[in-house]
Amino acid sequence: MNANTAPTPDPPSLPWWMQLAVPGASLITFGTHLLIAQKAPPVETRSYMLLFWEIIVVSIVLAIAQRFRPALRKWMRHMWPIFTAAILLLGVWDVITVGLHLLPLPYFPGPAAVLRNLISDRELLFDSTWHSLVLLLSGYILGVIVGLVSGVCIGWSSSVRYWGMPLLKVLGPIPATAWIPIAMVVSPSAIMSSAGLIALAVWFPVTMLTASGISNTRASYLDVARTLGARRLYLIFRVAIPAAVPNIFIGLFMGLGASFLTLVVAESVGVKSGLGWYVSWAQGWAEYGKVFAAIIIMAAFFSTVMTLLFKLRDRVLVWQKGTIKW
Amino acid sequence: MVMTTVTEASGVRVRDICKSFPVPDAPATRRMALGGISFSIAAAELVSLVGPSGCGKSTLLRLVAGLDLPDSGDLLVGKEKIVGPSAERGLVFQDPNLFPWLTVRGNIEAGLVARGVLREKRNEVGEFMRLVGLEAFANAYPHHLSGGMAQRVALARALINHPKVLLLDEPLGALDAFTRMRMQDEVLRLWENRRTTMLLVTHDIDEAIYMSDRIVIMTQAPGRIDREIDIDLPRPRDRTGDSFLRFRGEILEHLHFAGKAAA
Ligand SMILES: Nc1ncnc2c1ncn2[C@@H]1O[C@H](COP(=O)(O)OP(=O)(O)OP(=O)(O)O)[C@@H](O)[C@H]1O
Ligand SMILES: [Mg+2]
Repeated sequence: MNANTAPTPDPPSLPWWMQLAVPGASLITFGTHLLIAQKAPPVETRSYMLLFWEIIVVSIVLAIAQRFRPALRKWMRHMWPIFTAAILLLGVWDVITVGLHLLPLPYFPGPAAVLRNLISDRELLFDSTWHSLVLLLSGYILGVIVGLVSGVCIGWSSSVRYWGMPLLKVLGPIPATAWIPIAMVVSPSAIMSSAGLIALAVWFPVTMLTASGISNTRASYLDVARTLGARRLYLIFRVAIPAAVPNIFIGLFMGLGASFLTLVVAESVGVKSGLGWYVSWAQGWAEYGKVFAAIIIMAAFFSTVMTLLFKLRDRVLVWQKGTIKW
Repeated sequence: MVMTTVTEASGVRVRDICKSFPVPDAPATRRMALGGISFSIAAAELVSLVGPSGCGKSTLLRLVAGLDLPDSGDLLVGKEKIVGPSAERGLVFQDPNLFPWLTVRGNIEAGLVARGVLREKRNEVGEFMRLVGLEAFANAYPHHLSGGMAQRVALARALINHPKVLLLDEPLGALDAFTRMRMQDEVLRLWENRRTTMLLVTHDIDEAIYMSDRIVIMTQAPGRIDREIDIDLPRPRDRTGDSFLRFRGEILEHLHFAGKAAA
């Protein structure tokens, strides 16, 4: 909009120490690992070493490329301190577990062992992630749809609110996982009942926040729309719902957190697939390397889903740009 | 509906209107905001409403818009009783109240969308954006606009429905003196072209004299009509002419500001 904004001057390259931070941290961490591995019982470190070689090669390539790509430079300036810290943390983890035996060993393997498990069991892990994704999405989407519909009805109509609110207040706070025993009996398939439980967990916060957003729509927006000739459908769909969207997103985020929890519990109790099941299965065999491998996959998986929801939020709420603080 | 000429159908009559509100600290009691207001606006007449802050000008406009109902009294447009809001009575609020989730264009289109006539009348959107000088901001969201720009969008949003009666609650209050005078002329031009009936609330006495056929002066607690003054000057009016200044003195006197103005 503003044509005369000058771009802030950008130095042509990252400072040398920032370029070297990631490969440097990799060398330190892997060097530590080699020192520790001499004393410890022999562990297979080839895959761990390959990981660092890859990091070093990629970071050197990027360090060269950033001279020509300002966008890449900006991204690296933002991300490199975090990557460096993450790599150094791997080293700290190695020292604490394998090096100093500060944590009981079978339960807390070092990073190299976890990486080995990640690679050796990748097919089953991939399959479990896929099953978790399908279950999560089907439950989440079902819960969001039902939650939006009931939230809009409760928020808009005072008679629906009269009957709906008590129900919401009594049923809503019960953790969805408390229903597991009943859900397992009611539904013929564990997958179906788990999807239903996830939907239930999502439904409550989405309904609650949608309803409060709708009923708190500024009266003046509704007044303006009425003087412009708006009927009820316009008032609901083009005034109240857009006005409630910031609130609705808070509900969607809360629901997502609840759905992760319910997913993992439901999988480890009833469903015989997915990451939650994988964790409890690996625990049964005392394969703690696999437990950690699955937790790492979960972290990546859940944070990716969360990031996607943030992206959606930023896209839908462009009109709030500059005023959103979270 | 009976076919009547525009002139008959768009006059406004306000008969003995009372309106009270509950007092916030003592919910059982009610305070009179309007205590028996009667006046009428002929079709295609431009009437200004002036009076001290809190005398009930906005309240009266909401009643004519149909957003609130009076405790007693009658409100008529033409021969029809006002029972609720309608696109035939446009209201520009004291605050712009733009929909923050819509762009400038989206806000201006809102009335067409609400009435389901966007497809036929889309070409008018550009016309109204030009009118308020905001074509360059068509895709901007309201929180990027200055107060004056937002108020211009609100004006265009109300005008696009071609209401028979246009109610304006200090629509130009947030504008700088220069834009304000330009918008006064634009509103006058619209009024002359469309023969819209207009009720304009303003704190600016010069604006009231420059624009209106008649000025209604209100007093406070409860809101009543103190006096009506016909401004029988030919348009365009000279803001510094003798008769203009005479009206000014007369109105100031009624608003009890005469002493201050002379000092
Ligand atoms: N919704 C409401 N609830 C309670 N009291 C109200 C309400 N609306 C208006 N009032 C009261 O009615 C009186 C008139 O208010 P109104 O907003 O009409 O004044 P106004 O003449 O428009 O003032 P201003 O020039 O400052 O805009 C005030 O005393 C106000 O407190
Ligand atoms: Mg007011």
